[in-house]
Amino acid sequence: MNLPYKRVVITGLGALTPLGNTIPTFWDGLINGVAGADFIKQFDVTKFKTKFACELKGFNPEDYFERKEARKLDRFSQLALVAADEAVKHSGLLDSDVDKDRVGVIWGSGIGGMITFIEEMKNFNSGDGTPRFNPFFIPKLILDIAPGHISMKYGFRGPNFATVSACASSTNAIIDALNYIRMGKADAIICGGSEAVVTEAGIGGFNAMKALSERNDDPKTASRPFDLDRDGFVLGEGSGALVMEEYEHAKRRGANIIIEVAGGGLSADAYHLTAPHPEGLGAYNVMRSALADAGMVPEDIDYINVHGTSTPLGDISEIAAIQRVFGEHAYNLNISSTKSMTGHLLGAAGAIEAIASILAATNDIIPPTINHFTDDPSFDPRLNFTFHKAQKKTVRAALSNTFGFGGHNASVIFKKYSE
Amino acid sequence: MSEIANRVKKIIVDKLGVDESEVTPEASFTNDLGADSLDTVELIMEFEKEFNISIPDEQAETITTVGQAVAYLEEHVK
Repeated sequence: MNLPYKRVVITGLGALTPLGNTIPTFWDGLINGVAGADFIKQFDVTKFKTKFACELKGFNPEDYFERKEARKLDRFSQLALVAADEAVKHSGLLDSDVDKDRVGVIWGSGIGGMITFIEEMKNFNSGDGTPRFNPFFIPKLILDIAPGHISMKYGFRGPNFATVSACASSTNAIIDALNYIRMGKADAIICGGSEAVVTEAGIGGFNAMKALSERNDDPKTASRPFDLDRDGFVLGEGSGALVMEEYEHAKRRGANIIIEVAGGGLSADAYHLTAPHPEGLGAYNVMRSALADAGMVPEDIDYINVHGTSTPLGDISEIAAIQRVFGEHAYNLNISSTKSMTGHLLGAAGAIEAIASILAATNDIIPPTINHFTDDPSFDPRLNFTFHKAQKKTVRAALSNTFGFGGHNASVIFKKYSE
Repeated sequence: MSEIANRVKKIIVDKLGVDESEVTPEASFTNDLGADSLDTVELIMEFEKEFNISIPDEQAETITTVGQAVAYLEEHVK
């Protein structure tokens, strides 16, 4: 055992989101309150209840991959490689003398290669029953192939696997990376998540659960967390990547330290397939365990990037849990749901919201909750939801919540770096 | 070049992302054209689809060069 725990910092970030295809453009979209939703372009939505989503803008795989290479990658892996590359370059890891046996990749996705699965099954079903499956079908489909690809691209031979907990998947990846590095099992880990399920099955499946907004007359305002008229989440696609590194290792190689990862918490609702616990018990437990893991008290947190998906029940139980954990301090901190802008990136949500939280803390700017029209009396009016516009605020530490179908909860805390 | 050879070349250029000039009869899929084991399986499948035939596995394993593929197809495609 290597005790005590080692400190863990972030030295690189990458993002491919409905607001922007790089970290600077993503942040620019966030602080300017840009709505990422629009009518779906990836398939014919004529017969679908929901006709819009937060798709990537101007993402062309051939700008990043040779055609032969792109063909062997499901879209979720393409997005993973693009965001990971921005983060790896940002970290300067490849310019340093690092031991690649001690650099890992831990990557989350909610679903994995759904597009590949749909294409192959369409192909099979249109034939005479003869199985003519493409040899790349399985290696394109499986969720763990994304971290596999990232490792192969850079030769990172440390711990390598995928995390799956629906919409909490990439927060799980971050917390696993934190713990492995803390315990001395790796010097650095590329972590994050990607999701690409703006497909017939993705929209149709979530529609069947009545999980999606159906505000087809006004897609841009459909994601409206905490608004009285919220009617479900808006599906998003994209990817977020973070280079997490052991503090002394980062210092030794003269890396630019962006922020410190203070701690993470995990819990389960143990309640229902898709509905949140009505009093937010799992959400309460997960924030308490993140604070305890970070050795922090509620008063240390200045910003909460909430899960806040814009569903009628989820928003209420999360806020109930926040008020129970933070008490009077809940009125001092800023709360915002960046899903109002990005939509819900499912397994990539944790990664891009971790990045939003980190950038909020490093810039002392809170990205807003846009699309607020009518107050919901379920919410305490003394809470600051950062409606409409970004707000300036000194952020010592930020907490990011993610909750997944299945009742999986994961929260992570980032604190401003100081030696 | 035969019509079959032309269609084979087109598939190889498309799937392996190589230049047409590299696709010579002697060229080995794995040694010269950068194919891995999965690419090779995919190529055989594409030949089957293009020429509407079925190539048994034991035959497929003997097809390792462009020339061998063309020869096999010229013999078996009606």
